[in-house]
Amino acid sequence: MPKEVTRALAWSLAITLGLAVLIVLGSRNLAHFDAALVAYTASTLFATFGIVYRYTMWLQRPPTAMYWRRGWQTFLQPRRLPRNLLNWAPLIVENILVHRFIFRRSRLRGVTHLLLLWGGIIGIGITFPLVFGWLHFEIVPGDLHMYQSYVFGFPTFTFDVESLIAFLIFHGLVWSALLIMAGTMLAMRRRMREEGAAALQHFAEDFLPLIILFSTALTGIMLTVSHSWLRGYAYDFIAILHAITIIGAFIYLPFGKFFHIFQRPAQIGVKYYKRVGEEGEAACCRRCGAPFSSRLHIEDLIQTEKALGYHYEMPDSPVEHYQWICPPCRRAMFTLAQGAVWREHRGGSRRTTAGYKPATPKYANPAVGEGPLGKEDAENFHA
Amino acid sequence: MPKPAEYEFFVDSSRCIGCQACLQACAECDTHKGISLIQLDFIDRSVSTQTAPVVCMHCNSPTCAEVCPADAIKRTEDGIVQTALKPRCIACNNCVLACPFGVPKMNTGMNMMMKCNMCYDRTSVGLKPMCASVCPSQALYYGTREEIEALRPRSRPVNSFQFGRQIITTKVNMMVPLEEPLNFVKMARAMYDAPPAQDMTDDPLLANMYTE
Repeated sequence: MPKEVTRALAWSLAITLGLAVLIVLGSRNLAHFDAALVAYTASTLFATFGIVYRYTMWLQRPPTAMYWRRGWQTFLQPRRLPRNLLNWAPLIVENILVHRFIFRRSRLRGVTHLLLLWGGIIGIGITFPLVFGWLHFEIVPGDLHMYQSYVFGFPTFTFDVESLIAFLIFHGLVWSALLIMAGTMLAMRRRMREEGAAALQHFAEDFLPLIILFSTALTGIMLTVSHSWLRGYAYDFIAILHAITIIGAFIYLPFGKFFHIFQRPAQIGVKYYKRVGEEGEAACCRRCGAPFSSRLHIEDLIQTEKALGYHYEMPDSPVEHYQWICPPCRRAMFTLAQGAVWREHRGGSRRTTAGYKPATPKYANPAVGEGPLGKEDAENFHA
Repeated sequence: MPKPAEYEFFVDSSRCIGCQACLQACAECDTHKGISLIQLDFIDRSVSTQTAPVVCMHCNSPTCAEVCPADAIKRTEDGIVQTALKPRCIACNNCVLACPFGVPKMNTGMNMMMKCNMCYDRTSVGLKPMCASVCPSQALYYGTREEIEALRPRSRPVNSFQFGRQIITTKVNMMVPLEEPLNFVKMARAMYDAPPAQDMTDDPLLANMYTE
């Protein structure tokens, strides 16, 4: 068995077992464990195994391993740690919880994803603790109108069963379902109308997750409708249907599009890495001399490429490695190389170009090509 | 009518007149509406009018995809290296820095890389990519092998390129002289040269009169 697989299996087994132990502890030896939800628990354990396995395999790819290592190194540097800790919360809020970058792609996309994200956070935040027996409610002795909530077996807050807070808590999954349904409908609408999306989307990768989300939310809402307004009509059937959709979602988690939920926080590490790179030495192009990235990034990339089996080394040239040439010069070299082939072929005289110092190629029309693009592209490559 | 699979992309940079039609047309592509992704640079405007148009070459073994820590760049079965998957791209810039042709663009604000996908909405259904459909000098040409052979009887397409010790084979072709016995183009061969236009035979427009 390859080393990577053994390592991934070990991690996924350990984490899955750890979760099982926490379920037993948190539900006080299964005293508060809801036996009706055992299928949910089994599928959650399966999903945990799958997610940890895929995550560990992913982390072992050379570029991911490099970023993982460097991300933590830059975060934990003693000199930077206090500032990093201070920055951590705003970075999480901006990049994950309100994901401003998606709003920059388009406002509708931003709203769509925000609905799905918060529907998911609320739904998962309620479902998992309930399924694991980590959250349960008991009537306060002597007062039938007061509920006591227990988290992980410890008593926390109490509330009146007739209060607004009780209404909001007991219908938490309804709010989550409404958000998810609105989000999936907006996403589906875009996917059915946009020609660009139509060319690139796949059923399994793009529609299936939406169908899964929508069906979990719809069947969940149907449960509420059944017991609130239809005197429990077909409740058992809907409950089974809902369980099937939820279990389907858990099983799909490690394989499809939802895996980005676990990959995405890596962008926080990238932010720290870039900051360290910007403060450090710049990498200067060995053709035109212009700085184009951080030396740290280029040296790391050279190592990553070596690990991947690429041979961009240029041993007979002062450039040493192709990575030391900036992207605009690489683009110019394409045309220069073609020109040289033709010139050699047709012969003819050429005024001497000895002493020519290559300039950084300039983007032909910054207004069109770069206008919408970020400062990084402009600063690094077309300054 | 040829099937989409029989069409190929041919780049003949020396024919580029820098008109920027490709830049404008690229922004019309439905898969990246309003954002132009083709790269068009003046190599050195102080000495030459030569411009360098670069589309994604769609490598058989795409370095951008291999160095992507988020597994966000995929090559579809038809050999097209797609732009970064939006849910996955973490805007790390690895692909931008690693692409041997200098193709990807980083959109920092949107946290994603964007690059030419050969107008996948069009080419996957047999239409020409936007840039090639508007290029007046056919520096960017999209068609069948037979068509390009008829159009450029003294040229032939090459799709292997050498960078240092690495040879990269691509889906997109570069046009080189028909009789030139080369299997791949050495990309660093003229890296310190001045761009053409230093004399008559080097003028990109006049040169074409007695080559292609």
